[in-house]
Amino acid sequence: MSGEALLLSLRLACMVSLLLLVIALPLAYWLAFTTWRGKFLLESVVALPLVLPPTVLGFYALIALGPRGAIGRLWQIMFGHSLAFTFTGLVVASILYSLPFAVQPLVTSFESLDRRLLDASAVLGASRARSFLRIILPLAWPGVITAVVLSFAHTLGEFGVVLMVGGNLAGITRTVSIDIYDRVQALDYAGAQQTALFLLVISFVVLSVVYGINRRVWSPWGSR
Amino acid sequence: MLRRITILVFGLALASSVRAQTLRVAAAADLRFAMNDLAGQFEKETGTKVAISFGSSGNFRAQIENGAPFDVFFSADTEYPERLIRVGAADAQSLTVYAYGHLVLWAPAEEKLHLAERGFAALQDSRVSKIAIANPEHAPYGRSAVAALKKAELYEQVKAKLVYGDNISQAAQFVQSGSAQVGVIALSLTFVESMKSGERWEIPVELYPPLKQAAAIVSASRNKKAATAFLEFVTGQEGRKILLKYGLAPPDEEKKP
Repeated sequence: MSGEALLLSLRLACMVSLLLLVIALPLAYWLAFTTWRGKFLLESVVALPLVLPPTVLGFYALIALGPRGAIGRLWQIMFGHSLAFTFTGLVVASILYSLPFAVQPLVTSFESLDRRLLDASAVLGASRARSFLRIILPLAWPGVITAVVLSFAHTLGEFGVVLMVGGNLAGITRTVSIDIYDRVQALDYAGAQQTALFLLVISFVVLSVVYGINRRVWSPWGSR
Repeated sequence: MLRRITILVFGLALASSVRAQTLRVAAAADLRFAMNDLAGQFEKETGTKVAISFGSSGNFRAQIENGAPFDVFFSADTEYPERLIRVGAADAQSLTVYAYGHLVLWAPAEEKLHLAERGFAALQDSRVSKIAIANPEHAPYGRSAVAALKKAELYEQVKAKLVYGDNISQAAQFVQSGSAQVGVIALSLTFVESMKSGERWEIPVELYPPLKQAAAIVSASRNKKAATAFLEFVTGQEGRKILLKYGLAPPDEEKKP
């Protein structure tokens, strides 16, 4: 198993799940509590990566991040190189790709909160931010964990988008899933097998954590 | 929090762009095994670290045109590097023919197709339902395979049995794993342990245009000194010896090794 590819994937998954949390919290909050009638349009956009083939997303990302694309050109002016085939480019593309995995669990858990608690908090004079931090977040805790864990796992296992925008560069864009693909082509089945088994175990652990949390087998607040 | 993350993002982005001392090589998939030997030997002698990516030459051409950070590109043909030179993505004076590639018909021994005696006729065997070749759209070996099948007047008969690997080593993997019964692949891929036991028939060179393989240094490379040194190493005495070991004929020996 390639340690370099593994470290790269872990670095990518950590950054993407953290950045996604920052992006998804306000987005999910807005989606859960807005009364805007056009909300379903934004919901559809957020869910798009679930149904789009990774190659479609990867294709657009490659065009947008490359030296002739809008984002790529802007980046090139600022930093002297385009975003395609760089680690940062992978981060950007992965954020798009894993967005629904972060947003949807948050929206579900925000929506299922008892609204009377929020009303009470407002009546008692708490600001929206205070209500969010003291009431919503603690109660929606399983949703937050689920969002982070799922976006982490999804980024760790993504293949198509990385192949399209990454270009299989050792130490920069060769993630574990690309490494498996590469090893199979090199007829190194033993190496591919080790990495594949590792991903299988990680995926199982991640899903067990998510299901465990949602069944309240354990909880940071003790059993309720 | 947000600021810290932003700093982290930029920091990591910077860290990956600074590592310029590693020589980044884009190599056609037929070099999969030969290039590892070449790079290993070069690393041992010069201390320069070499990172290789393998793929189809056509894909690399597109990636390099779009700014992929490679230093040197070893293509399986001459056209793709020439095209990069025309659009200003590779240096004209660096264009070097480093080897001639060859096509081989290959099958696992357990298929018992008797390739050596039957040659192309084995493709029409009723046990053959899938024939692996590289994608002719962007892989030079795939294009040559199609040309050879056409020249042998077999293409129309076997067209429905063809399966395309993304590049020539994926085509080889299709056959090696038994998913396809036989493949038209690069001779250079058949010298590793897991392929040695297979049956093979070298396709006569008259049947396909020569696979004249050229390399060029990428214009945007910041590592041209090392790239030039590596190119010289590959075409030099030692490099030629390694290429020959994998059935890749050095440029001045157009005849088979």
